[in-house]
Amino acid sequence: MDPYKKHDSIAALMNRNNVDTDQIIPKQFLKKVERSGFGAHLFHDWRFNDDGSDNAEFELNKPAFKGAHILVAGDNFGCGSSREHAPWAIADYGFNTIISTSYADIFYNNCFKNGILAIIVDSSQLDTLMAEINANEGVRFTVDLENQQVTTPAGNDFTFEIDPFRKGNLLSGLDDIGLTLKHVDKITAYEAQHKQTYPWLWA
Amino acid sequence: MKKTMYEKIWDSHRVVDVEGQAPLIYVDRHLMHEVTSPQAFEGLRLSNRKVRNPHSILATMDHCVPTKNRELPIADPIARKQIEVMAENCLENGLNLYDMKSPNNGVIHVVVPEHGFVHPGMVVVCGDSHTATHGAFGALAFGIGTSEVEHVMATQTLPQQKSKTMLIQVNGKLSKYASAKDVALAIVGKIGTAGGNGHVIEYAGDAIKELSMEGRMTLCNMAIEAGARAGLVAPDEKTYSYLKGREFAPKGENWDLAMAYWQSLPSDADAVFDTIIILDAADIAPQVSWGTSPEQVIGVDGCVPAPESFENEGKRKACESALAYMGLTPNTKITDIPVDLVFIGSCTNGRIEDFRIAAEVAKGTTVAKGVTAIAVPGSYHVKKQAEDEGLDKIFIDAGWEWRDPGCSMCLAMNGDELTKGQRSASTSNRNFEGRQGKGGRTHLVSPAMAAAAAAAGHFVDIRNL
Ligand code: SF4
Repeated sequence: MDPYKKHDSIAALMNRNNVDTDQIIPKQFLKKVERSGFGAHLFHDWRFNDDGSDNAEFELNKPAFKGAHILVAGDNFGCGSSREHAPWAIADYGFNTIISTSYADIFYNNCFKNGILAIIVDSSQLDTLMAEINANEGVRFTVDLENQQVTTPAGNDFTFEIDPFRKGNLLSGLDDIGLTLKHVDKITAYEAQHKQTYPWLWA
Repeated sequence: MKKTMYEKIWDSHRVVDVEGQAPLIYVDRHLMHEVTSPQAFEGLRLSNRKVRNPHSILATMDHCVPTKNRELPIADPIARKQIEVMAENCLENGLNLYDMKSPNNGVIHVVVPEHGFVHPGMVVVCGDSHTATHGAFGALAFGIGTSEVEHVMATQTLPQQKSKTMLIQVNGKLSKYASAKDVALAIVGKIGTAGGNGHVIEYAGDAIKELSMEGRMTLCNMAIEAGARAGLVAPDEKTYSYLKGREFAPKGENWDLAMAYWQSLPSDADAVFDTIIILDAADIAPQVSWGTSPEQVIGVDGCVPAPESFENEGKRKACESALAYMGLTPNTKITDIPVDLVFIGSCTNGRIEDFRIAAEVAKGTTVAKGVTAIAVPGSYHVKKQAEDEGLDKIFIDAGWEWRDPGCSMCLAMNGDELTKGQRSASTSNRNFEGRQGKGGRTHLVSPAMAAAAAAAGHFVDIRNL
């Protein structure tokens, strides 16, 4: 995982609530056995016309949003299935930051495991950010994870909360399994006790 | 301190608390299927790590498998690859796999209970959001992502934040034709798809105690549709007698030890929940979803709502776009909505009880003209049991297709799917846009409601049959 640094990027806007993982990465693309290459299919059913050409109506196809690393989205983003292909697709497409009022639990977890910072704002903050993008498509926001701060040209700056553990992992780019295996002795000790307390699980 | 069942399971599975980090939780059982695991195995190999406890894993193939002509090679080369890779990974790591040809094969959340692999008080994970199903046994069961699948394989633990607790109490008695599925849908309709976010739900009350184990599985299965991390039902005599004698259930003196532990699990009488929701079972009519989110649901005696009827702007917009996608006009009676395809199956409603109830309704009927009706058992065991009871005959005589097990039209990855504009009555759990095929329109219902719609060609209030 690449360490998350301070980012300055175009902020793309997706003003829809309850965007579900079936839309983020439609299931016809789940059959791959590798981790990469899902960005090409991100939002496939919305993004492309039946003949495979770009759907000009779809917000992320707007020229002003090309190259965006920040996605500003409506409430309850990422609801639906647990597929991690959704954050893979989002990251592979180029987003490393999402800003919304809320996320589905599993999706939220998966974002951090894949180097994506999912920022939670309240709905009035979100409205302000959306208005700023609408007024100035292609506007660039700066995200400073170290100081938990987002700054915008119109001055709609804010700080955000983030779990310190998640923050540390994003900043260092450290893999979760490596972190857990630091405690392998404790796991082994727990297991030994578990075998005594719940012998039927090991029979 | 008084504890909820969730807190008891949580406390007994905490391996280590690390300052500033999420606690590590021990995982007793790890369930697997072919779609969310290959990249996890790839990750293990790349980092030179091993599966810590192969006995904790049970794997199946369900999402991509064809439900007919199984003897032929899978036509879709990518699906075929996924199936092959699953078999190789399980072989290489010494894992118990019920492959496509196994008599034990079926949808993961149907197969696992059949073999008694999950018991009360366990922590159970699977790279699949409907893992909550196993909460029916009083196990803390939740869906995880592929990197977590890799994490659990390598460490047998997961860093987890503790959830809040929600008690959903369903009082009274369900009417004859209201099933566990209707309770599940009514709950999502009431609290919304984000209503349970951050919570583990415990279902309680007389109506829940009355449910069979199959019914409890249906109910917990859809906890995720209400946004919850997991759903739980306290174990009781029904749970124990369901488990007794199954392949992976405790035997001999272990059974007594296990029972003592299981009986200690239910929430203490005065345990405190963060949120409490109370429903009256008598108010729950057979449900039909009308939109593209499971919360967009109404009793079969109702009408398609108008966007103006929602005060909340988000819900109004969601209603508008759902109606456009679903091709429905406000105020249409639910019973006037025609269907093109009927699907009975999935990990929500693919168990023997579901086929019994549906067969009771389908018996002596004929599938309406222009309607395709398919029955897809959740496992080969369900299929065989149904055939032993003669249920397959009832469906076939009524004009249904009787298939081999798999996820099938629940998510339409295996070639079984709706075409653009086609409308289904489906016993599955999700009605998202495109879930059953691009442009397909899904209405979620119970098995009895699905069977009645197949015969009539439109939704029917089964209470009037
Ligand atoms: S039947 Fe549907 S919900 Fe259940 S595991 Fe299969 S795809 Fe998922």
